[in-house]
Amino acid sequence: MEPIKQHKGLVYPLDRENVDTDQIIPKQFLKRIERQGFGQFLFYNWRFYDDGTPREDFSLNDSKYDGASILVGGENFGCGSSREHAPWAIQDYGFRVVIAPSFADIFYNNCFKNGILPIQLPKTVVDQLMEKASKEKYEVEVDLERQVIFDGSDIEVFFDIQSYHKEMLLNGWDEIAVTLTYEDKIDQYEKQNKGVKTLGIS
Amino acid sequence: MSQPKTIVEKIWDQHVVHEEEGKPNLLYIDLHLIHEVTSPQAFEGLRMSGRKVRRPDRTFATMDHNVPTIHRNVIKDAVSKKQMETLEANCEEFGVRLADINHPDQGIVHVIGPELGLTQPGKTIVCGDSHTSTHGAFGALAFGIGTSEVEHVLATQSLWQSRPKTLQIKVDGLLGTGVTAKDLILAIIGKYGVRFGTGYVIEYTGEAVRNLSMEERMTVCNMSIEAGARAGLISPDATTVDYLKGKRYVPEGEAFDEVAEEWLALASDEGAEYDQTLSIHADEIEPQVTWGTNPAQCVPVGGRVPDPKEADNDRDGIERAIEYMGLEPNQSIESIPVEHVFIGSCTNSRLSDLRKAAEIVRGGRVHEGVRALVVPGSKSVKDAAEAEGLDTIFITAGFEWREAGCSMCLAMNDDIVPPGERCASTSNRNFEGRQGNGARTHLVSPEMAAAAALEGHFVDVRKYAITVGG
Ligand code: SF4
Repeated sequence: MEPIKQHKGLVYPLDRENVDTDQIIPKQFLKRIERQGFGQFLFYNWRFYDDGTPREDFSLNDSKYDGASILVGGENFGCGSSREHAPWAIQDYGFRVVIAPSFADIFYNNCFKNGILPIQLPKTVVDQLMEKASKEKYEVEVDLERQVIFDGSDIEVFFDIQSYHKEMLLNGWDEIAVTLTYEDKIDQYEKQNKGVKTLGIS
Repeated sequence: MSQPKTIVEKIWDQHVVHEEEGKPNLLYIDLHLIHEVTSPQAFEGLRMSGRKVRRPDRTFATMDHNVPTIHRNVIKDAVSKKQMETLEANCEEFGVRLADINHPDQGIVHVIGPELGLTQPGKTIVCGDSHTSTHGAFGALAFGIGTSEVEHVLATQSLWQSRPKTLQIKVDGLLGTGVTAKDLILAIIGKYGVRFGTGYVIEYTGEAVRNLSMEERMTVCNMSIEAGARAGLISPDATTVDYLKGKRYVPEGEAFDEVAEEWLALASDEGAEYDQTLSIHADEIEPQVTWGTNPAQCVPVGGRVPDPKEADNDRDGIERAIEYMGLEPNQSIESIPVEHVFIGSCTNSRLSDLRKAAEIVRGGRVHEGVRALVVPGSKSVKDAAEAEGLDTIFITAGFEWREAGCSMCLAMNDDIVPPGERCASTSNRNFEGRQGNGARTHLVSPEMAAAAALEGHFVDVRKYAITVGG
């Protein structure tokens, strides 16, 4: 996984609440067995007419947002299905940071596994970012080390993130490799069988 | 006596493999369920790093999302076919048990887990599927995970997880006649919204919950994720134990009695504290119908589509939903015509769901212009329903009787609602395009779906003078 420390980029505002993962990546694209190449299908049903031509009424198709790498969304971003195809599509399209007043749990977790930094900020700040970005080309900078996001003029806010998640992104860790350093603990747990007698399938 | 604990705390404490300041806990996973859509990239990841499946004996796979429910072995879509073949090859290579498309155990992953007795109280259960919350009905801690986590569990049989907050939803009183578990969970989400459960594990308690059958409990826990909660559960009791007795992967005889005692001891203790408690009165709940594009956008069947102008918040969202759904503000729910009816999905495709729908359908006729589908949740549900003649009741009335799978719940196979058309569905998500691009979904109980099929529009199922629900 590609680490992320600092990131400066163009903001794309998506002013909708409860954006579910069915919208982020519709089911017709879940049949693929690869992990790459989902960016072209991001927000597909919002972005394209049935014949595949872009819809001018969907803001991501506005050339003003070409090259955007910071997505700002509404409450409960990423709700619904657990499909990791959603962060894959977001990342493959070119986004590295997603900002929202609240996230759905599974989506939030999935982001960290794919080098995407999800940032939860108070709604008032998110509204400010939305407003600025909807008016003009608007860039912000994110510093994960210091946990701040700033735009060089009037916005400079601190954000919260679990230290475990922060380390993972800063170092671009392979989480499985980390866990395997605890393999003896897992062996031990299985031997002790602390839980209710949980039976295997055989 | 020691500090009273909730069931969530008890299960959690029993599964912590490693604990360390500033880190989530490393949590042991007892059962890992797999399906064809969210697993290929996980197996590929294992292959690329030369890793094995740590515990194939705690892993079980099935095919459900893509499978055709008619002409079982004719999979026209080459990409779907490839995905199913990939699962088959992966299970073979890594030694994972698979109920493939022609296997007698095949079915929707959240239907077969309980049916086979793989789902048991006190287990930690994960699956690359958000409706894994269903298994919480047994007093298991069950939640959906992403594909990277699927790979992590395959390789390590564990996950890094932060201790969740607990939310008690207390349902006092009893559900009325014709009011179902589906109406209960829709009413809860309708009242509190689609995100109140975020960051919590929900425990459903109270008289109405105690009175639910296991299948009804699964319907309730299934939709916890629609409230934002990764997991929702119900403390085990005699109903749980009775259901599990005799299931294939559950011990027999004395060993069963022993384990049953352990299960019952998991129930939340009297006086245990929750981070939050909400309550709702079952007696006040009426049959529900969703009018919008998320499950909280629902009203009683006697109600009307809201007027965005009178809404307190998210007016734009409401307006957009009404437009997408092709409805008018203030339109009465009963005036909405339906063109499709889907009885199925991991929410409502079990034997009791089909029985209750059949009670309504018996002797009736599907309304002209309505296409109605019944898709049993598993092969074994299908067989059991056929053994008691339910298929004949549906077919005689003009329903299509299909093979088991997810089908029109997410329309990944050929069971699709065409653009602009309307479906009364017993599934769990009415998101835009869920049942087909441009399709309009109204979530209801199996009884309400059956009645809508007969009448061609929504009706209050309570007008059918028979005993349903409860
Ligand atoms: S029935 Fe629907 S919600 Fe349930 S697992 Fe299948 S696709 Fe998901």
